[in-house]
Amino acid sequence: MQYLLLVYANENAVLNAPKETVTQVIGAYQAYTEAMKKAGAWVASNRLRPTSEATTVRNQNGKKSVLNGPFAETKEQLGGFYLIEAPDLDAALSWAARCPGAAHGSIEVRPIWTM
Amino acid sequence: MDVSETADAVARASYGKLVAFLAARTRDVAAAEDALAEAFAAALAEWPARGIPRTPEAWLLTVARRKLIDAARRRQTGEEAAPTLALLTEELVDAAEGDMQIPDERLRLMFACAHPAIDEGVRAPLILQTVLGFDAATIASAFMVAPAAMSQRLVRAKSRIRQAGIPFRVPERDELAERLDAVLEAIYAVFAEGWTDPAGTQPRTRHLAEEGIWLGRLVASLLPEEPEALGLLALMLHAEARRDARRGAEGEFIPLAAQAPARWNAALIDEAEELLLRASRMARHGRFQLEAAVQSAHAARRHRGSTDWAAIVQLYDALFAMTGSVVVAINRAVALAEVHGVKRALAALDALQDDARLAQYQPYWAARAALLARSGNSAAAADAYQRAIGLESDPAVRAFLQRAYLTCTT
Amino acid sequence: MKVLLLMYQDERAMQRLPREEYGKLHGAFVAYVDALKQAGALLGNHGLRPTAEAQTVRKWVVLDGPFAETKEQLAGYFLLDVPDMAAALDWAKRHPTAAYGSVEVRPVWT
Repeated sequence: MQYLLLVYANENAVLNAPKETVTQVIGAYQAYTEAMKKAGAWVASNRLRPTSEATTVRNQNGKKSVLNGPFAETKEQLGGFYLIEAPDLDAALSWAARCPGAAHGSIEVRPIWTM
Repeated sequence: MDVSETADAVARASYGKLVAFLAARTRDVAAAEDALAEAFAAALAEWPARGIPRTPEAWLLTVARRKLIDAARRRQTGEEAAPTLALLTEELVDAAEGDMQIPDERLRLMFACAHPAIDEGVRAPLILQTVLGFDAATIASAFMVAPAAMSQRLVRAKSRIRQAGIPFRVPERDELAERLDAVLEAIYAVFAEGWTDPAGTQPRTRHLAEEGIWLGRLVASLLPEEPEALGLLALMLHAEARRDARRGAEGEFIPLAAQAPARWNAALIDEAEELLLRASRMARHGRFQLEAAVQSAHAARRHRGSTDWAAIVQLYDALFAMTGSVVVAINRAVALAEVHGVKRALAALDALQDDARLAQYQPYWAARAALLARSGNSAAAADAYQRAIGLESDPAVRAFLQRAYLTCTT
Repeated sequence: MKVLLLMYQDERAMQRLPREEYGKLHGAFVAYVDALKQAGALLGNHGLRPTAEAQTVRKWVVLDGPFAETKEQLAGYFLLDVPDMAAALDWAKRHPTAAYGSVEVRPVWT
């Protein structure tokens, strides 16, 4: 079964983190992604640029408008995602727990809709 | 003492006992929990006005039983209801006569929870809920499972107990060892979840080690002639004794080999040793006694100054012969390195590599990395450290592994 | 450049959609995906099961439900390869969800 892991973190904290922390976190993510690949669980993953570079197409009274910014203002912002293959939800949650982002942020786990 | 404090105190001390007592008679764990919850609610409503009863436990039990009878009457009809109602009603008369000593049925409850017909993965959660009163969401977080899923599993398990007629009974001698092992496994599962968080930084696991030990003490006190029960308690106490030593001043991870024995809890170690000694005199070996003996050998460093690795290898040999567990095989390989050298240890690890589960098992990669680093194969060690890092969810351990990784790559 | 399109829509409203409406939307969706493939812009896309089946791990506590309760919920994503943001926005505006929901465009970090 496939699951989408959405990694939420406070962008400001991430962008203003000291250099050593950044290096460590990047290293941790690389290791995490590699481990996922070697375990046959990785399908896709991407880091996203900050929400300051986001644009949202919105509907206001039937009229489409394009606005700067993300879909919603939240305390933690979507920073990236992992698409994984896992036998069941428990296994998907195990991977979510290992994500370096789990320590300080939130990982949303969504089952993929298959026809 | 104010009402809610008293109620809390009674809940803490007696919840499991009351659930067990009620469930043992009706075989309906869920109904017992519901009735007790209503009784506690009644207590909070009535005690402020009427005063706290002389024997709060008996009061709660009487109210819960009355509610159970009412519920049974509403639900059931005819033959089905008769035995249950009779049992309950008889005892109500006894209780009304005066001070009633509520027998401790918790052991019977735990045997029901760990019955072979109950799914292995839900035994520990079931015990946490019924004996300790944990709610499903807390248990779910502890075991890193979705809360709704955990709720469902618990409901299904309790249904199973009722519908399959799972007995609330301490098994007979010929079955006891095997059935007890299931109970002990479940308790150990509770403890193990808590032990991975020594600094207590994760709310989901902070108290689990304590609860595991509490349950272990309960079983050891109720079954003092069972060496495996003593062995499990000794194992948990040994591990718990080293809790403070596992983290440094800045919260960094300190592996066993680098820990200062002065930071180990001597009283807990002494208690563990005494338990192990008592168990060994009963001359009935088992996996928990062996695991505890390994921990005892590690703890002996506090007096000897060094670790008796040869003894540890022998203990792991016996454990592996008994369980065939890959976890044991990995720990054995690590010990093997100290006695027969890194090459043989690595060979022992290599023998395991076809096991597909290892792709997600951090300790295998951490052990492998450390051995490869010692053998001078920095490149392979670095790769193995990377795997271990990617599979580790504790930031402190991850940081430790990352430092080790850097040592291999510079 | 790679961009991620995130589609947000009112789940409950979607579930209540009459058959005919749903059929039209589905048709529009299929046409959109085809257009993307023709343009060589589609890298991947998936629909997500409803938020009732979501779990969020927040500082290791597992909670039922999505990350945030919002009026429109994340229903799926498209990963695209496009020449620039203007092209990405064009595709976003054309997405069937843009007619009744919201489509967020996020550049991928390279």
